[in-house]
Amino acid sequence: MRNSKVVTLEEAIRRSGLKDGMTISFHHHFRGGDKVVNLVVDKLAQMGFKDLKLAASSLSDVHKPLIEHIKNGVITGISTSGLRGELADAISHGLLKEPVVFRSHGGRGSAIVGGELKIDVAFLGASASDELGNACGVPRSENAKSICGSLGYALPDARYAKHVVVITDDLVAYPNLPAGIRGADVESVVVVDSVGDSSKISAGAIRDSKNPRDILLAKQAAKVVINSGYFQDGFSIQTGTGGASLAVVKYIREEMLSRGIKASFALGGITAHIVKLHEEGLIGRLIDVQSFDKVAAESIAKDPSHVEVSSVEYASGEHLGSATHALDIVILSALEVDTQFNVNVLVGSDGIIRGAIGGHQDTAADSALSIIVCPLLRGRIPCVVPKVTTLITPGKSVDVVVTEYGVAVNPARPEITEKLRAAGLKLVDIKDLAAKATSIIGTPDPLPFGDKVVGVVMNRDGSVLDKIYNIK
Amino acid sequence: MVTIGPGEGLQVDLQSSVAAQFGRQIKAVITETLEGLGVTDAHVQAVDKGALDCTIRARVTAAAVRATGKDVWKD
Repeated sequence: MRNSKVVTLEEAIRRSGLKDGMTISFHHHFRGGDKVVNLVVDKLAQMGFKDLKLAASSLSDVHKPLIEHIKNGVITGISTSGLRGELADAISHGLLKEPVVFRSHGGRGSAIVGGELKIDVAFLGASASDELGNACGVPRSENAKSICGSLGYALPDARYAKHVVVITDDLVAYPNLPAGIRGADVESVVVVDSVGDSSKISAGAIRDSKNPRDILLAKQAAKVVINSGYFQDGFSIQTGTGGASLAVVKYIREEMLSRGIKASFALGGITAHIVKLHEEGLIGRLIDVQSFDKVAAESIAKDPSHVEVSSVEYASGEHLGSATHALDIVILSALEVDTQFNVNVLVGSDGIIRGAIGGHQDTAADSALSIIVCPLLRGRIPCVVPKVTTLITPGKSVDVVVTEYGVAVNPARPEITEKLRAAGLKLVDIKDLAAKATSIIGTPDPLPFGDKVVGVVMNRDGSVLDKIYNIK
Repeated sequence: MVTIGPGEGLQVDLQSSVAAQFGRQIKAVITETLEGLGVTDAHVQAVDKGALDCTIRARVTAAAVRATGKDVWKD
């Protein structure tokens, strides 16, 4: 093929015109198995780049080599949905001079489209690409080495970055179509041994719970869904990644079968649980911005009614066509909920960053009914508190909080209170839940925060919601 | 886990995942429990991962019984 885009990583970087101070971007579809961020940043360090801003859709434990790159001045700014592990710990203690900018997935999409987040060079891992850069997250040949499913978070980068480098571990013959990343947007294609370890996609936040308390929480949450008034033929649903919010699906399924109710679509991070309901004919379409496990990734590869959407189409607040606006019910987890129904999913009760905003803000705001499922206590750590450590999702977006000590409904939704009470659910005042937690664990001493801002939490409309200070 | 050895006065070394918020309370529970058992001289090493007070009391009591050979539950 003439004018091939296929080059080495070093050549792709040289061609991109990348300079010190510019912004590079990555997606996190391989989650804990991602190899692209470390590979590229190592190469950039080796080539002598400094002062780069890293705009990832999210970062996790596997990205701890960034600590050295931050110390060496290669990376001087980060924007992401979340941080975990040693990198999060180091940043919480003040490693990075500039605060990390945290955005929801929908908020990141909006910021890219609106130009607040300008990407100079996007490095996008893909499980298959042709020589022109038509690339996807599913296998397209028998030589395929990886699978991550939807590339939803990479699509705004592919479209809006000034320069796009696709990095793949399986170069296939043209045309690799259909493909989420379109060759017309791509300048270079780099072939590497491995873009990610697919077995680690479902590591981290996503786990299948056998914990009896999670099961109790899931049963309660399912009762809330079923009696909320939104559980009708043609409803739509999204579930989060906590053990309990995954288990809810199982109980909702039983009720769908017994009442003969079907869902029109499921949105979001798609899991094996949701795929199962879809394959049984209980859910019409799967709208997938991120495949949360291998089963989901394999489903999107073969099933035309399981579709890939970009983070903008998924959850942008600015984009009225985004799917969250059509969403009836969302079930989410939380690190903390406070008596104003505000939710924190990012900063632990020890003041250390240990999570991600994800689609929390977006789905809670746009859905007709948002349900937070969390235990009252995790060990000695309270989950219902007088005031959240860090504000991520404002209480006005949160409708119901389900704990093992009862269900609290936001006073702004009296019609939900009425329906759930009529169904015989144990309803409690959220202030009583917080008081119950305090009666068991005592009143915690204030956290030893310093005065350096290490993180800024953006609302999905681009305004600042909260600041995270360094922990001593 | 709570380990008790000989000491002068009550000395409590605490390692806890929730030390910043609950270290003070946990130490107080350990001290009160030992005082309640009549222990006035001991060196306590406590490694905690966010246990509730009732658990800490039980652990301290068990450690004290083992260290002193005096069974507070039977007596």
